[in-house]
Amino acid sequence: MEIVMAFVVGIIFMAATYLMLSKSLLRIIIGTGLLSHGTHLLVLTMGGLKNGAAPLLGEHAPSYNDPLPQALILTAIVIAFGVTSFFLVLAYRAYQELGTDNMDRLRGTKINE
Amino acid sequence: MNNLLLLPILIPLFTAVILIFLNRFTIASRWVSALSFLSTVFVSFLLFQKVQADGIQTLNLGSWEAPFGITLVSDMLSSLLVLTTSVIAFACCLYSFRAIGEEREKFYYYPILQFLIVGINGAFTTGDIFNLFVFFEVMLMSSYVLLVLGGTKAQLRESVKYILVNIISSSLFVITVAYLYSVVGTLNMAHISSRIAEVGQPGILTVIAVLFLIVFGLKGAIFPLYFWLPGSYYAPPAPVLALFGALLTKVGVYSIMRTYTLFFPHDPGYTHELLGALAVITIVVGIIGALAYWDVKKIIIYNIIVAVGVILFGVSVNTTESLTGAIFYLIHDMLIKAALFLLVGIVIAITGTTNLKKISGLIKNYPLLGWMFLLSALALAGIPPLSGFVGKLLIIKSGFGAEAYWGAGIVLMSSLLVLFSVMKIFINGFWGIHRTYEEEEKAPVSWLLISPAILVIISVLYGVGAELVYPYILEAAETLTNPSTYINAVMKE
Repeated sequence: MEIVMAFVVGIIFMAATYLMLSKSLLRIIIGTGLLSHGTHLLVLTMGGLKNGAAPLLGEHAPSYNDPLPQALILTAIVIAFGVTSFFLVLAYRAYQELGTDNMDRLRGTKINE
Repeated sequence: MNNLLLLPILIPLFTAVILIFLNRFTIASRWVSALSFLSTVFVSFLLFQKVQADGIQTLNLGSWEAPFGITLVSDMLSSLLVLTTSVIAFACCLYSFRAIGEEREKFYYYPILQFLIVGINGAFTTGDIFNLFVFFEVMLMSSYVLLVLGGTKAQLRESVKYILVNIISSSLFVITVAYLYSVVGTLNMAHISSRIAEVGQPGILTVIAVLFLIVFGLKGAIFPLYFWLPGSYYAPPAPVLALFGALLTKVGVYSIMRTYTLFFPHDPGYTHELLGALAVITIVVGIIGALAYWDVKKIIIYNIIVAVGVILFGVSVNTTESLTGAIFYLIHDMLIKAALFLLVGIVIAITGTTNLKKISGLIKNYPLLGWMFLLSALALAGIPPLSGFVGKLLIIKSGFGAEAYWGAGIVLMSSLLVLFSVMKIFINGFWGIHRTYEEEEKAPVSWLLISPAILVIISVLYGVGAELVYPYILEAAETLTNPSTYINAVMKE
């Protein structure tokens, strides 16, 4: 199962990288969203995938999952959500102000502009 | 167990919440903000004294025992850095009163400033690798807002790139933590250290070490990951730039220092060699940038990159002496970079331009500004007895001792070129024919001079009184070279 997940994560990262290398700002933001999804799946996989059993520790629990990766993912999802929404608002504002969402035209090689 | 550890994080946090409600009252929020930073300085000093008297202080949050819950750890290094951060934050806050402008103050400038310090102090204090990520995010989120606040075209353009770079590095951070967790099965930094020592750092952990170097190198701007820094730091106004230049990159540097001494000291032939080589190239690249530009802001910004290289070279040599030098230089650089950026901010406020060719003869009307700039420029280059000297001396001496002749030689050479790059500002900007500038009357120079004056005085005392400070820095370095002290302090409770 872990092997399959490794491929899934790899494909998601590939798509994310492709999107982030494009010129349109919106595609870049979707790319960052995908990147964080891939990251979260990877964290889940790294904790070890087992079948069934909630992450609850009874005295004599026959099987349980590691709860820590889930806690980490929850935190990371919240942060990724906040950053993505901020990025979207910023992109909209930048589009209003600068009149373009093409990264080629956002270079700013002329300083003092 | 000591609750004092939490206060440098909690005071700015609660003040930030209060300041959000106080937002309409500009004068009140200014002084509440300054007062909060002043009390943070006071509390950090108490913490420093406590650490000095009783050794490493720890706090298990929610009373979860050490390897299972989140632990805050304050050793000598982190308490010194928290103290320095608080002092710089206070100075920048005072400077902001008259420099940042009513518009930005109305849009939650002061609360965000507090949140930034929450993140930085938290990152210096935490003893949990995932918690470090969370505090990094608190810090970065505030820095996004500070960078874009004001909404000029340059700021919007640079923010997009800055955020993109940081999202990628944050994702890499989580990935690296996940890999580390799958190998060692714990997130507590002391526990990770002892477990890695047990297995003796096999290849997979060296890979993780290099991944950490990429993650923190992106924040700390080492070669080849510094490309975003000159553009992004150019956009915001002077007090924000001073905070970014003095503190943000240094958090990355601190994290490299911490992980490379605590987690990965077992294979220095690979990891530390790599770090050393990158550090030396970082110095060279920074120097080229600093010499190439005729723009006051850009010159100082490229000097950030040089300093990061010098400190990391000290870390890569990895002896007690070189780490002492690195810590000494780290604190010196935080103080003096903040002072330089604030001074450059005054120059820009007076002249209304950053182009060095349009500035000259400032010393006639502003002698204090000129002499303070000269003093900080000399300190930056490491002229004795000013503060940069001791750190550089120790780094270079230990570099030669460890037979890293190339690296130590380049650090030595870099001092001269750094001196040249800042003297260029002094000679062209302060000497020469006196000119008048349109904006000159409006600049509140005497108020703005207070903050850099505080920082320059502290920095001079830090250099002259090096003999007095040295034992504390040495203790900080000894904790770094003997991870067992750190581990015992965390795991015993």
